[in-house]
Amino acid sequence: MTALPTRKLEAWRYTDLKSLASVSFADAVPGLAPLGLPDLGVPRLIFVNGIYDAQRSTPPDFLSGFARVAEASDQPLALINAEQAHDGVTITVPDDTDAGAVLLISYAAAENPIAFHPRHRITLGMGARLTLIEIAMGQGVYWHNPVTDIALHENAKLQHYQLQNESIEAFHLATIRAKIAASAAYVSFSMVQGAKLSRAEFHPTLMGVGAVTQLNAAQLLRGQQHGDYTCVVKHDAPNCASRQVVKSVMDDHARGVFQGRIEVARAAQKTDGYQMSQALLLSDGAEMDIKPELEIFADDVKCSHGATIGALDPEQIFYLRSRGISEDQARAMLIRAFLNEALEPVSHAAARGLFEAAIDKWWAEK
Amino acid sequence: MSATAETRDTVNALAGQKYQYGFETDIAMEEFPKGLNEEIVRLISAKKNEPEWMLAWRLKAYAMWRKMEEPDWARIKHPPIDYENLYYYAAPSGPAPKTLEDVDPNLLSMYEKLGIPLNERAALAGVETNTVAVDAVFDSVSVATTFRETLAKSGVIFCPISEAVREHPELVKKYLGSVVPIGDNFFSALNSAVFSDGSFVFIPKGVRCPMELSTYFRINARNTGQFERTLIIAEDKASVSYLEGCTAPQRDENQLHAAVVELVALDNATIKYSTVQNWYPGDADGKGGIYNFVTKRGACRGAHSKISWTQVETGSAITWKYPSCILQGDGSVGEFYSVALTHNHQQADTGTKMIHLGRNTTSTIISKGISAGYSNNTYRGLVKIMPGATGARNFTQCDSLLIGDHCGAHTVPYIESRNPSAKVEHEATTSRIAEDQLFYCRSRGLSEEDAVGLIVNGFCKDVLKELPMEFAVEAQKLLAVSLEGSVG
Amino acid sequence: MLEIKNLTAAIEGKEILRGVDLIVPDGEIHAIMGPNGAGKSTLSYVLSGREGYEVTGGSATYNGQNILDMPPEARAAAGIFLAFQYPVELPGVGNANFIRTAVNAVRRARGEPELDAVAFLKAARAELKKLSMPDDMLKRNVNVGFSGGEKKRNEVLQMALLQPGLAILDETDSGLDIDALKIVAEGVNALRSSKFSALVITHYQRLLDHIVPDRVHVLSSGRIVRSGGPELALELEAHGYAGQAAAGQEAA
Repeated sequence: MTALPTRKLEAWRYTDLKSLASVSFADAVPGLAPLGLPDLGVPRLIFVNGIYDAQRSTPPDFLSGFARVAEASDQPLALINAEQAHDGVTITVPDDTDAGAVLLISYAAAENPIAFHPRHRITLGMGARLTLIEIAMGQGVYWHNPVTDIALHENAKLQHYQLQNESIEAFHLATIRAKIAASAAYVSFSMVQGAKLSRAEFHPTLMGVGAVTQLNAAQLLRGQQHGDYTCVVKHDAPNCASRQVVKSVMDDHARGVFQGRIEVARAAQKTDGYQMSQALLLSDGAEMDIKPELEIFADDVKCSHGATIGALDPEQIFYLRSRGISEDQARAMLIRAFLNEALEPVSHAAARGLFEAAIDKWWAEK
Repeated sequence: MSATAETRDTVNALAGQKYQYGFETDIAMEEFPKGLNEEIVRLISAKKNEPEWMLAWRLKAYAMWRKMEEPDWARIKHPPIDYENLYYYAAPSGPAPKTLEDVDPNLLSMYEKLGIPLNERAALAGVETNTVAVDAVFDSVSVATTFRETLAKSGVIFCPISEAVREHPELVKKYLGSVVPIGDNFFSALNSAVFSDGSFVFIPKGVRCPMELSTYFRINARNTGQFERTLIIAEDKASVSYLEGCTAPQRDENQLHAAVVELVALDNATIKYSTVQNWYPGDADGKGGIYNFVTKRGACRGAHSKISWTQVETGSAITWKYPSCILQGDGSVGEFYSVALTHNHQQADTGTKMIHLGRNTTSTIISKGISAGYSNNTYRGLVKIMPGATGARNFTQCDSLLIGDHCGAHTVPYIESRNPSAKVEHEATTSRIAEDQLFYCRSRGLSEEDAVGLIVNGFCKDVLKELPMEFAVEAQKLLAVSLEGSVG
Repeated sequence: MLEIKNLTAAIEGKEILRGVDLIVPDGEIHAIMGPNGAGKSTLSYVLSGREGYEVTGGSATYNGQNILDMPPEARAAAGIFLAFQYPVELPGVGNANFIRTAVNAVRRARGEPELDAVAFLKAARAELKKLSMPDDMLKRNVNVGFSGGEKKRNEVLQMALLQPGLAILDETDSGLDIDALKIVAEGVNALRSSKFSALVITHYQRLLDHIVPDRVHVLSSGRIVRSGGPELALELEAHGYAGQAAAGQEAA
């Protein structure tokens, strides 16, 4: 098996996989999906321990079976996934088709540590539309290593929302790659709350004129969690736009990482790249590391990034309390307001509700 | 619309000046054999009449260096440096001069060409309150130090470091290597083994150094590594402003510059360190030029101490330097103001590190990068808030200006915070000189050269205003020379 | 009734209030005037419970309850409202949501039934109309992008909906033009009743033309050095603050 990346690799500078490497994982075996999994009233695909549960799922049109594909890149986790993958979702939406929304749930039940590496392929034809909502959850110790390859043809639009709420003992390392053609749009929002150690790595490439991508995230971590949200946005064509709003809230001894690189190739004139990441540290012992990178080879571009790390503003808390609102409720209101901006691109109402409930639940569990 | 071909050509014409400081001096040079080994280290130490402890220190550094590897994480490409093919010591032959009258007249005339005010009387006759003392370094030996008497009256020590090792060993022993340890990195280890000279500055308690201190560097002989070592100490409530400016002659083979600068500021002390650097950048095809690998670090040890780094860098074929501040003392302040300009095939990977340790510390970083030609300009910065740094505040602004579409401007900031009460703010923008900006200037009568200069000056305003007055004019002239203007 | 006895307070070890004695009975409006640095804002912050202010001695009770022991939200529930001199912005927090949450928190603390969204909006719109404020003030984020005058009107709106027993107005008139000033004054005057009292802290006399106080006190160097009727404010405007300490001693 390909070796796991170490911290010597610049891209893995802030995330140490030693704790993952020290676990001995068995191959995943099929399991039973519990009742009461989230249902948003749309076609629902359920994977248990990385294996498709045909009985419980209500598949959408345009779904085909898993297809093994060779891995072209040299990214270690993608290579491991290619070696080990034996299931996944392939969705191909034809030209000019609005495929509505699809819910993809990954559930894991591990009595003994297991690992599974689903490989998903999402292809949207010219002018096609799809909203893909993913929820990752489970119990016990497991390693979930999904790779998702997305290809958007001209004018296609994919809304991709992920709620990562894996077991607190799990390892979640996701890789998402998107090739975005002219005038196509890839809009992604990730909410990260679960797993002992997680990394969500996004690689959108803007390949044609007018392509657009938005990568937002909200990370809420506590205890000893470690969450890494890494993005490399490549502007390969002129007149493309990328936008990122990343909000992180770290409590207890949690550690959050955001690495956001914007690469603008020589030919990518008139690029519009914007990135903003903000973090709140709620306690001593919490940590946030941010590395917003710009690599620019074209001169007629508008690129900027901003990063702030701080705490809740005591003036704001006092203002709310002076109006009778308890300190706890005041903090909850301010954190919700803080995270709102990241949620802005989530236009699917049910998905929005899902995320807002997740934020409320996180705060209530404090 | 991107910069027109016309603008690009203008910039090229302006920057590709014949390097005005490119000439050699025919002075008898005493050189050691090429290459580096323990014998050479001993020779250097013996030549300078160093005490045993200094030699031991150098040998320790040499042993460490042999085990280390050149760092490769910067965005810099260069042919491998053959460390065995360099001279590690070069000084004018003959005993050290006692007064200016004893100095080699060729040397003096060279300094005159460079505009260095070595003539004490002429400087004094000028504006009395604006005197600049100079410790002029010619290759590896400090040749003349002026104004020593005036400074001595306030208790300020400003002398070559080789002299400080002999005359003030207790101070040197106490502080040398305490901010940049021998084994800190490949280049600092090399420097610690073979440093030949540099400045030593000591400001005693409560003294505000009465004049700005400055040093001019010059690399002359072929294939001579320049390993300057500077140590500046400001005791409680002391303050000093130090200026560093460099020039070098035209060369075909690359020349290595691996300096180390250590600053120590105690309670309520202030050190302002300003650099205007125009080492030979290489010709239009990227041949030749200085390799500048420098380690500069300031320790704000005392409460409410302050260290400011201000630099305008336009030269060197390759620049690798990260002037940094360790903010240990409660309430201490670190500042970094920088303009880095790259043209032709220059490569720069520079920035700063601000490490917040004490409580209520503040750091400000303003970095302006200008890229032209086929150059690559990278800002690499680290802001690190340690768990004990309650109330820390950082503000960083790094902006890039691109001229033409064959260059690159890159930003790699690392922001690491482990204290919930700290506030870190970072902003970066990228822009270019717009066609309509140039047109506007020209419609008001400015030539395109002047327009470019005006816009670049505006872009760098926030940094240039931090330079001491003497340097500010020099810096603007330098930017102008690098980007516009003709040889005088 | 607000009763302050020999109150001393410090900021970062520096004593600002040096023994304030003051009684504001229900139904009365008292003005506190004084030179800069006298401690006027400190007094309002100590009464509302802001962090960073250390009470070093004395007492302050409202309706018999010792308020200095209570957290800020409990003081609000007890009926104390501070109209800030510089209201802070709350990006992302909707104004309607914020005020409704506050109103219901206070109602809950008093054992009163909470207002649902519809009832709240009805009440809010009615107050907006009275204060000549546009409806969209409720839709905006709290104080974000508000002009100075709009921020003060937002304070008055909150006061109208929270119905406090004791309103402390901390230099409410600073930075307001005459029209905005009148609106603020109307808001305060509309609350006048036998159960309502107010402390109007102001530097200038003109607000007191519109909110006529029952008593005027001069706070200087951390103490109340002189008290009188509304005419005292006119005297201060004509002659300034110097000499007030001496005049106070004469009158005493």
